[in-house]
Amino acid sequence: MTETTLSDELDDARALEQRSERAAAYADGPDGHDHHATNTGISNPKLAMWVFLGSECLLFGGLISTFLLYKHNNQAGGPTPHELYDIELTSISSFVLLMSSLTMVLAVSAIQRGEHSRLRLWLATTAILGATFIAGQVYEFQVFVKEGLGFTTNAAGSAFFALTGFHGVHVSLGIVMLLSALVLSLAGRIPQARAEAVEIVGLYWHFVDVVWVLIFTVVYLIP
Amino acid sequence: MTTTTPPTGPLALPSGEEPRRNPLGAFARPTATAGWRSWMTSVDHKRIGIMYGAASLFFLLIGGFEALLIRVQLAQPDGQLLSADAYNQIYTMHGTTMIFLVVMPIGAAFMNYLIPLQIGARDVAFPRLNALSFWTFMGGGIVLNSSWLLGGGADGGWFNYAPNNGVVFSPSHGIDFWNMGLLITGIASLVGAINLIVTCLNLRAPGMTFFKMPVFTWMGLVTQFLLLFAIPVLTAAQFLLLFDRLFGARFFDTSAGADPLLWEHLFWIFGHPEVYIMILPAFGVISEIMPTFSRKPIFGYPFMIFSGIAIGFMGWGVWAHHMFASGVGPLSVAAFSVSTMFIAVPTGVKIFNWLATMWGGRLKFSAPMLYSVGLVTMFTIGGLSGVTHAVAASDTQQTDTYYIVAHFHYVLFGGALFGFIGGWYFWWPKVFGYVLNDRVGKVNFWILLIGFNLTFGPMHILGLQGMPRRIYSYRDGYGFNLWNFVSTVGAFIIAVSFLIFFWNIVRSRRAHVRSGATMVADPWDARSLEWSVPSPTPAHNFDVVPTIRRLDDFWHRKYQEDAGGKLVRVATSEEVAQPGNGEGVHLPSPSYWPLVLSAGFPFVAWGLIFNLWLCLVGGILVVAAIYGWVLEPSTAPEAHRGSDDHDPDDHPAPTDDGAAATPEEAALVD
Repeated sequence: MTETTLSDELDDARALEQRSERAAAYADGPDGHDHHATNTGISNPKLAMWVFLGSECLLFGGLISTFLLYKHNNQAGGPTPHELYDIELTSISSFVLLMSSLTMVLAVSAIQRGEHSRLRLWLATTAILGATFIAGQVYEFQVFVKEGLGFTTNAAGSAFFALTGFHGVHVSLGIVMLLSALVLSLAGRIPQARAEAVEIVGLYWHFVDVVWVLIFTVVYLIP
Repeated sequence: MTTTTPPTGPLALPSGEEPRRNPLGAFARPTATAGWRSWMTSVDHKRIGIMYGAASLFFLLIGGFEALLIRVQLAQPDGQLLSADAYNQIYTMHGTTMIFLVVMPIGAAFMNYLIPLQIGARDVAFPRLNALSFWTFMGGGIVLNSSWLLGGGADGGWFNYAPNNGVVFSPSHGIDFWNMGLLITGIASLVGAINLIVTCLNLRAPGMTFFKMPVFTWMGLVTQFLLLFAIPVLTAAQFLLLFDRLFGARFFDTSAGADPLLWEHLFWIFGHPEVYIMILPAFGVISEIMPTFSRKPIFGYPFMIFSGIAIGFMGWGVWAHHMFASGVGPLSVAAFSVSTMFIAVPTGVKIFNWLATMWGGRLKFSAPMLYSVGLVTMFTIGGLSGVTHAVAASDTQQTDTYYIVAHFHYVLFGGALFGFIGGWYFWWPKVFGYVLNDRVGKVNFWILLIGFNLTFGPMHILGLQGMPRRIYSYRDGYGFNLWNFVSTVGAFIIAVSFLIFFWNIVRSRRAHVRSGATMVADPWDARSLEWSVPSPTPAHNFDVVPTIRRLDDFWHRKYQEDAGGKLVRVATSEEVAQPGNGEGVHLPSPSYWPLVLSAGFPFVAWGLIFNLWLCLVGGILVVAAIYGWVLEPSTAPEAHRGSDDHDPDDHPAPTDDGAAATPEEAALVD
């Protein structure tokens, strides 16, 4: 493997050339000095968020499998979640959450164009939509408990509350991130050149929404 | 392209703007590069690697002591040293400690130290996250071992099968400590994995394409992907267990119709990739040692890489072979039996590639090489007994006997630990600036090899005789006496070999100091990039980030082919190393926040077990540290001195005279 042929050398030269071109393209980009030229062309923080979200898939995968195993298991008594669903309510709150992805996109595109007040408006809207979703979840949980299905009632209840609860915690953390971004923006610490910070929060937010689409389908729609 | 740029997060200030004072001025970024505080706050990947290594040696002493207690108890029939309950705790903690606090962090030590050096980077992508990963790991290790002082260790085996892990069967808090401790080390692994993956993907030196990366870095990258996807599955399972034990959920409550196989599936979907998380870095280590001491390039480099990747993928498809005796059904057993045999193929490819690397080479059996050959032979023995476990029919006979104890010790001790000890002897001069005595190292190897085989070899026989594992005592007259005694003698020989290793460290260091010699950069005439920098490695790694043209670039700058195709030496390693003194190299300043943030986790864990108020303490620490972290100025104000005119994104210009900055001044920007 150590022999280097002429074509290898040429490949190397071409690769080096492409790399420096790519680096130059980044250095001259619209937001200029902000990017380091990385091998992938994706900045470190953004790549880290993608990698992190990859691992989150497995966390939710474990919890969804657990729910699928236990969803009809009420051998300790009490109802199962399927007997209690209010699909209309959950559909509305799901719709609210999906709309928050739209407002998140608007927030990112606002800061990329340097429109700070728009950024704050859409960040706040996204946070409010997320909070509305959480409020719907809290209401649902409280109705379930009233109807006799708590976290400790039976295996189906434990699995339901663990899965949707973990998602709720993720949404809540997302809201904290949105509000932090809002405060930082008000403090003048998110200039246009730092639009990527908002974009990274957005990646997380979209992921949480996409996971909800999966949970909504698996938990609520499939009998 | 370099990693020297101070802004490390998306919220750091744009370059060119003066860093603002930290709103919490008392916690401004420290600048010290000496003294114990500098270690607590260091974000240098090399120091973090050293700390990982030291911590794992410390836990090795604990885990080794537990192993000796087990062996003394079983040395003769009707052992009286330990009660059944104490024995359960000790074998559980021995396994947990060795896997999570010894073998995994030794791998992390090597990967942290070497990966940035081997790919030509100045540090990892996120230096502070790297420090967080180490301190969080320490926090998890402390929580796990604090159980000894706070009511006793976990007692369900390192896998803690349901329903034995429930409060009904294990009412003490031991399993809670196990659960929380490993949740915390899981955070550490996940953070470290993200960091090193981004480092490998983003920070390679110019020209360092994926297929010019050294095999060790490749195996490290595959390992980090395995961690990234395996840890969250364990985390999910552990949260379910936590809810069951502390909040009365019904996930593993069989009296409420729960399925105990759920735990086994989730645990082994994590647990089988975990086996490769432990062994792949060791494979990488000896893939660096073998070519160096055979004076040949690694044989079949692409096969080495692709077999590593194949092992990574296939590791996910074989988890249920841990469950052949659990009643998963004939179809599953057949499918997993076959898939398990297939995974022997890429592993065999590796073994034969190492043999072919040595074949026809000018072999030099220094200590690192001995350990590498030891790994290949011991791991092959472990692999062969592994095949007998892949056959479900024989597995059901052998499972839960000492035969399987022998198997996994041959794989993880004879495999992973032999490789890592070889790695210590190999990279010790690079890290600490002096060579470990080779003759002592050879004695160390042979004593370890004898002790190892005396300890674990007889366990094959004991297992086939039917001696069950996890049983605290046995009666006279079953024919177990002789081999148990031999095994205990072997365990003490292993202990002696580790004492020799520690003695070698002290002795070699003294000899080095007495001789007053400076360490050469490249004592083994090695191949990869880390040997092109001085020993011990300077804080900024490379004076000039190298440009890479081919695999083993450093080697090929020392040796070139003459007209007859024969390799001749054209340069010494000193001539190959670039001149310069690191002038103008910006490295991120140390930081308190990783330590503060990770100090919060143990309090949350203890709080959940004992008193929720402690959770509040932990929560405050974590939240305060996160905000301190985000708002922290990208570098200490003092650290700007003398290098303001350098754009940190640029490669520092090579300097000819080296008069511009003294090494002390260069150290200031660390």
